[in-house]
Amino acid sequence: MSSAQDGAPATSSQSGDTARAQDGAPVEGPLTKDTARPQDGTPLLEVRGLTVHHGQLRALDQVSLRVFPGEVYAIIGANGAGKSTLLRTIAGLHRATEGSVLFDGRDMTGVRPERRATQGIVMVPEGRRLFGSLTLEENLKVGATYAREGQWTIERVYELFGWMKDRRRQLTAQLSGGEQQSVAIGRALVANPRVLLLDELSLGLAPVVVQRIYAMLPQILATGLTVLLVEQDVSQALRVASHIQCLLEGRTTLEGRPADVTPEQVEAAYFGLASAPAGAAEGEALWIGSMMSSRGS
Amino acid sequence: MDWVNDVIQGILTGGLYALFACGLSLMFGVMKVVNLAHGDLAVVGGYVALGVIAITHVPVLWSFLIVVPIMAVLGYGLQRTLIQAALDRSVLTTLLVTFGLSVVIENALLQFVNADSHSLGVNNSIITASFSLGSQIQIAWLLLLILVVAVVLLLGLQYFLSASKYGRLIRAVADDKEAAQLSGVDYRHVFGIAAAIAVGSVGLAGIAQGMYSQFAPTTGTDTILLFAFAAVVIGGLGSLWGTLVGGVVLGVAQEIGSQINASDGFLAGYIVFLAVLILRPQGLVARGAQA
Repeated sequence: MSSAQDGAPATSSQSGDTARAQDGAPVEGPLTKDTARPQDGTPLLEVRGLTVHHGQLRALDQVSLRVFPGEVYAIIGANGAGKSTLLRTIAGLHRATEGSVLFDGRDMTGVRPERRATQGIVMVPEGRRLFGSLTLEENLKVGATYAREGQWTIERVYELFGWMKDRRRQLTAQLSGGEQQSVAIGRALVANPRVLLLDELSLGLAPVVVQRIYAMLPQILATGLTVLLVEQDVSQALRVASHIQCLLEGRTTLEGRPADVTPEQVEAAYFGLASAPAGAAEGEALWIGSMMSSRGS
Repeated sequence: MDWVNDVIQGILTGGLYALFACGLSLMFGVMKVVNLAHGDLAVVGGYVALGVIAITHVPVLWSFLIVVPIMAVLGYGLQRTLIQAALDRSVLTTLLVTFGLSVVIENALLQFVNADSHSLGVNNSIITASFSLGSQIQIAWLLLLILVVAVVLLLGLQYFLSASKYGRLIRAVADDKEAAQLSGVDYRHVFGIAAAIAVGSVGLAGIAQGMYSQFAPTTGTDTILLFAFAAVVIGGLGSLWGTLVGGVVLGVAQEIGSQINASDGFLAGYIVFLAVLILRPQGLVARGAQA
């Protein structure tokens, strides 16, 4: 929790960041994106009015977002807010009942997940989902099979994660959780994505390990990638993101630059509180407040 | 000496059973599809061989060079259409669909060919002959050849799965097809390739059955599928080398059973099959390095 004390997002030097104007970041209710965030340039990834159902349950309700090249865009929210559903729908694993996903200006809504991957939308799934009967290196080779042209190669991944090369012949089941997460990231990188979707990297990992994995992010971003991530760990998300969006019960409740939102706003958006926290949610709200303050400002 | 002979004959027959079982095991291992039309496809392979031989006059022994590719294409097509459509609904649907396919194939053969038995005669005295080991053990060259073919097929498959690009993709897709999709892998195509290999090997099994004995439209379900199932279950579902172990155990059990009582051979085989199901349901060979 101490490595990013200065509070500056890891990517503040990225070009996409400068494209953002200051926005007002109202406290309550979803923003209307286009008026609140004037940009120049076209978004790399755009989601318009996305509604997704799991059976009868409406998991996402009219969610929109625009991710610009070079950004680290973080989706935060409590359990069941629809974060993972949003990411999986962008990757093509869920069908949208309404709305569309645009990638580089093209409509991807009906496109199969494998086609989205080869066009540059690559996801690191929740729970890592490595191929258990394959070795570490074979996992990477599968990732590279239908890769786009680009600078990421298996060798390059071995350089990024120094320990990997010596253990490339091991089955991934023999690796620790953090190591497996790194392999999952490596498997996505070798596909040379243009936008990398990271679904709950921190799930089931020790905080120290999570820190170490997120510390790799600047090196990954330096190769020109754009990152859209989902994170339950709010402080982690605020530390790395250049833009955050908070979901609550499938709806957008807040979005803005981490520097422009206050802990109170995040609390309210996270728990759906109209005003200051009170009652049952207070304990958790205080917890977020303390996480927020550790980031300094 | 009788017992030694039984074991040796059983091992030889086991090669044929392994050939029957290989494709069934592969389809289950990769796609979780229990292909109830497996035996009927082998019989189709036999009829295709008959037709190929009649048209091109290739020697029976070399007919596989044409039959296996035809069957492989058939397998790919079946997987990409009928079986994939069933898989998209549920794994259980594949049982119904392949059962239906089995009925359709059997009746189509009865309708358009006939109910007669056919065999693929080999006019090659070296193949039809046998040689002696000691004074009591006769080894038929044909069965030995089939055993060698089965072992070579399994070795080749293992090499393909472990060392080739598509082999790696097949294993990856068998592990987690959604994760494979996220890496840009079209799992339907990979399933199709696995089915092509499986049904191609089934073509070999049909030729072997025709050369060793004979086949009729019903041979698929009453002989080949049953033995393939027994071999796969004894050896271990989804394990390639398990099919060889299972085939050999089944073959030896049948030989020893018929030694005890001439009509009890098959019964003995099924007793071993049931015993394995009860005592070691995962099969004798635990799921190993391959799909």
